[in-house]
Amino acid sequence: MAAFVARRTAAGAFLVLVISFLSYTLLSIPDLDVGRQLLGQNAAQELVDAKNAELGLDRPALVQYLDWLAHAVRGDLGTSWFTSEDVLQAIANRLPVTLSLMVGVTLLTAVVSFLLGVWAGVRRGAVDRFVQIFSVIGYALPNFLVTLVLVLVFAVHLRWFPAIGYVGLGESFPGWLSTIALPVTALSVGAVAGVAQQVRSSVIEVLRQDYVRTLRARGLPPSRIVFRHVLRNASAPALAVLGMQFVGLLGGAVLVEQIFGLPGIGSMTVTYTTRGDIPIIMALVMLTVIGVIAINLVVDILIGWLNPKGRIA
Amino acid sequence: MNALLTVEDLHVSFPGKGRRAPRTEVLRGVSLDVGPGETLGLVGESGSGKTTIGRAILGLVPVASGTITFGGRRIDGLAGRRRRALARELQVIFQDPYTSLNPARTIGDTLAEPLLGLGARAARERVATLLDRVHLPADAAHRLPREFSGGQRQRVAIARALAIDPKLVVCDEPVSALDLTTQRTVLDLLLEIQEQSGVSYLFVSHDLAVVRFMAHRVAVIHRGRIVETGDAATVTTEPSHPYTRGLLLAAPVADVAAQRARREAFERYASSAAER
Amino acid sequence: MSTPSGTPPRAPSGTSPDAPPGPLPSEPPGAPPGAPSRRSRGVPARVARHPLGLVSALLLTAILLAVAFAPALSPQPPDVSSLRDAFGGPAAGHPLGFDSAGRDILSRLLHGGRNTLGGAALALAVALALGVPAGLLAGYYGGWFDSAASWVVNMIMALPAMVVLLASRAILGPTVWVLMVVLGFLVAPAFFRLVRGIVAAVRGELYVDAARVSGLSDTRIVARHILIVVRAPIIIQVALVSGIAIGLQAGLEFLGIGSGDAPTWGAMLNEAFKNIQRAPSLLLWPGLALGLTSGALVLLAAALRDVLEDRGTHRRPPRRPSRRAAAVARAAQPHEPRAALLSVRDLAVAYPERQVVHGVDLDVHAGEIVGLVGESGSGKTQTAFAILGILPETGRIAGGSVTIDGQEIVGLPERRHRALRGNVVAYVPQEPMSNLDPAFTIGSQLVEPIRHKLGLSRAEARERALDLLARVEIADPERAFRSYPHEISGGMAQRVLIAGAMSCDPKLLIADEPTTALDVRVQAEVLGLLRRLQRERDLGVLLVTHNLGVVADLCDRVAVMSEGRIVETGTAEQVLHAPEHPYTRRLIGAVLEVP
Repeated sequence: MAAFVARRTAAGAFLVLVISFLSYTLLSIPDLDVGRQLLGQNAAQELVDAKNAELGLDRPALVQYLDWLAHAVRGDLGTSWFTSEDVLQAIANRLPVTLSLMVGVTLLTAVVSFLLGVWAGVRRGAVDRFVQIFSVIGYALPNFLVTLVLVLVFAVHLRWFPAIGYVGLGESFPGWLSTIALPVTALSVGAVAGVAQQVRSSVIEVLRQDYVRTLRARGLPPSRIVFRHVLRNASAPALAVLGMQFVGLLGGAVLVEQIFGLPGIGSMTVTYTTRGDIPIIMALVMLTVIGVIAINLVVDILIGWLNPKGRIA
Repeated sequence: MNALLTVEDLHVSFPGKGRRAPRTEVLRGVSLDVGPGETLGLVGESGSGKTTIGRAILGLVPVASGTITFGGRRIDGLAGRRRRALARELQVIFQDPYTSLNPARTIGDTLAEPLLGLGARAARERVATLLDRVHLPADAAHRLPREFSGGQRQRVAIARALAIDPKLVVCDEPVSALDLTTQRTVLDLLLEIQEQSGVSYLFVSHDLAVVRFMAHRVAVIHRGRIVETGDAATVTTEPSHPYTRGLLLAAPVADVAAQRARREAFERYASSAAER
Repeated sequence: MSTPSGTPPRAPSGTSPDAPPGPLPSEPPGAPPGAPSRRSRGVPARVARHPLGLVSALLLTAILLAVAFAPALSPQPPDVSSLRDAFGGPAAGHPLGFDSAGRDILSRLLHGGRNTLGGAALALAVALALGVPAGLLAGYYGGWFDSAASWVVNMIMALPAMVVLLASRAILGPTVWVLMVVLGFLVAPAFFRLVRGIVAAVRGELYVDAARVSGLSDTRIVARHILIVVRAPIIIQVALVSGIAIGLQAGLEFLGIGSGDAPTWGAMLNEAFKNIQRAPSLLLWPGLALGLTSGALVLLAAALRDVLEDRGTHRRPPRRPSRRAAAVARAAQPHEPRAALLSVRDLAVAYPERQVVHGVDLDVHAGEIVGLVGESGSGKTQTAFAILGILPETGRIAGGSVTIDGQEIVGLPERRHRALRGNVVAYVPQEPMSNLDPAFTIGSQLVEPIRHKLGLSRAEARERALDLLARVEIADPERAFRSYPHEISGGMAQRVLIAGAMSCDPKLLIADEPTTALDVRVQAEVLGLLRRLQRERDLGVLLVTHNLGVVADLCDRVAVMSEGRIVETGTAEQVLHAPEHPYTRRLIGAVLEVP
């Protein structure tokens, strides 16, 4: 187990290294002339050159990357070229928003999709058809479209929730809840659709297994068979799908944060990437990649726990 | 005797599970030979390596060491065009009649597969002849495998193996997935074909009774090694190796009194084996 | 449906030896999923017969045509604006009204579709061109290419598409078409993984081995056997990925990544969103266009899946035997004195499509082993399942009477039938491995029913389970107790299942081919074990088997079953040595003489 985590962490670190190198070199290709952008069209060329030199942009890209890497491993992600903010600080300010969103969506998705999926898989019939239809719709509609509809209905027409803005969890819990409710719901629709569908088909698959029949023959009640044996065996593939959905959610968060005006990582991504602010972009890419790797590791550990046969020593 | 197929000191191993796991040795020095027109029965339990021998001869698994000679030529390690040329002489019938036929292709398509060199018309005629030879109706060519029962599918597999008059057919448990009565008719068909064409069989099975019915000589394989080879009647009635004796005594007979005696002999054998 | 018409009888006493295959629940269907099954009609024709498929295909065609002929269908060029008409409602020649800049909505919608759908199509083409060939190569040859490609794919899948696209924009500039190529790279794994997985599975099929032995080259094998299998899943995946690509394309445009004024659905939504308080209805048309297109694609994918993979619809069966069946049970006349332990009279088992057991009579007394013999499809397993009350979902007892230990079980509520299972009647299945839950240790699987049925404490149940493992002659019970099913051999798994069946002291054991999956030496040991346990506890055993040697070894009496009926009953000696019914004779005639 410890060996498995160690190996996966090492592989993940290597992946992060490769992606950081690729991102940095790719980002350095276009000649953005940051100094000119900062100082304006009328600034003297010497001043622009001096600014570029100050930012270290007069060096070869590889040197710039190695310099960035050397600082990054020590926890120093540099400062933004355009706002001179400390990158780490800027991210730390916005992370709680996105984290609230992600945790909320993951919890909601896990609970709702397992309930729906098990219900549909066990009862079949009308319940099953309802879940199927919901899944198709939820899967089909682009996330931001669902978001727009939710805003239109619940914020513009009914005015149950604010259409825009964010209240921190530390400031007011009801405020936080009301600002986070719609974004979380919007993001969850697609994820629930995908995961519930997987739970449903896994449950049906497991119910057909020989050992379920044998458990019935041992005289165990159906509730016990479903909640102990079927659920556990059906969970592994569903968790894998949940893990994949997470990657998609990071993308969805960009749009949803933008729509609701949430000051999170997603809206930060939109603002800074368009300007080519390499320190910030690099930090954002690293953050998302590390997040994805960590989630995958957690999912794999959970799957191994659920499924001893696939367990890696 | 001039053997058609000679296998000498054959070793085959598979990669272990996981990256650093040691390779598992499946065959540890197997030697056997099959003469022209002869059936060699190869008996063993699951995991003994009996199927792997057949697959190694057919070039479906890589050989670690040892030699396989067929019709005077070395064929182990042959690949590409030269391995494909062997198809005319070396054929196979697999165990599972459900997965050995492509479910999406008609019987005619499947049978024409080895006949790609022939023209369309000649191939069609050959398919009709083959179907007749395995006692299937001519219109079977236009139908899909799923319209046929296990026994009928196995007839199709036999027809495919015979498509270009091979010299040796590897029969890998060809009847173990079939019902008793079907099993018998498929075995009879294989014997009939051998009588007509003089083809040799390497007949792999776990069932001593089936092997005795089919084979001239029998080789017994246990944990990747041949433990006993000999005349079929002798090996299947008075085996010399204790492992073969165990196999024989464990196989129940459909006769109450005889089985009672055999059961007692098996219990004696098992307790003496436990003491050893 | 075929009959073995052209097959002359070859067995010494045989007639029509190949039993026709039936759609019996106990027999798995031959065709693996994914294989096209009917060749009679083409895919488009079959989609047209699928209601959802037809609707979604028509809708998509209409959208594509409208978008393709946008210049002809639009009232005016998409960029013509007149501020006078801003937020104007539908007017003559402008059926959908005007947007915030007074541009005609219909014109922008039609032209926007060109950019949105065109961009998605470009991404899709890139993804297909990259993913499918790479998947084929990796799946078919494996090796270093597979490892390398899989690593790259895993890396791409760890990248959130939206973030990468935004970063790409910083590098490559705001040209949407270029970003769509990047998007193609990002969704290519969807095709790669699909194709690789299927090809790797097909690669191991025996028919591919047979093709290799037949001398086919790799190219021929791929063309003949592999492409035909991956085709259907790829088509389905294309529909799904198109939906995703359109959504991402529109999402990017919504964020304003696009190049300025070019009309797209995403940009229209963005503009509508900016004016959501003033004119929420602006969201309607672009939202509808996007939603309908994506929805139609997913529905089309679902329809294609139904058609190409030939999935049947599931019917919900009645949950309990009908009242009528219970009435029949009471009316059944005893043909001979009924055994106290198990007595079956005139049992019928039916599935929606057909009846598989017709009027079966059986008796098992305490201390007796009765063999139920027949070939596959004879209904012997269905009879056993009916007695145990564990028929598959669609199966039901259609008539007759079954008493276990004096209690009628036909028409008995499930709860009371369940109460009998485990401690009065128990079950030993055929396939040892698939009948143990892979996620739980042997110990916990044994302890669970003991605690539940007998109400013992955890420690008592554990002790009892260890004792059972010792009784079924497992050398190291403690170790077996801690093991997971995949860590033990098939023979040991079968002993564990026997221990499980014996765990609550049943009076009647129903063993369904308990040794068929085992090697002969293990079979002999397990049969010996069954005999010893049976004698020790004076058990009644119903032993379902196709092996007449097993019958001779173990059974006191035998019932021979064929096509859902009992054709002959008697002592083992009688049936094996002086069979009366022609079917029994044929069966015994087919037995190969064992040395």
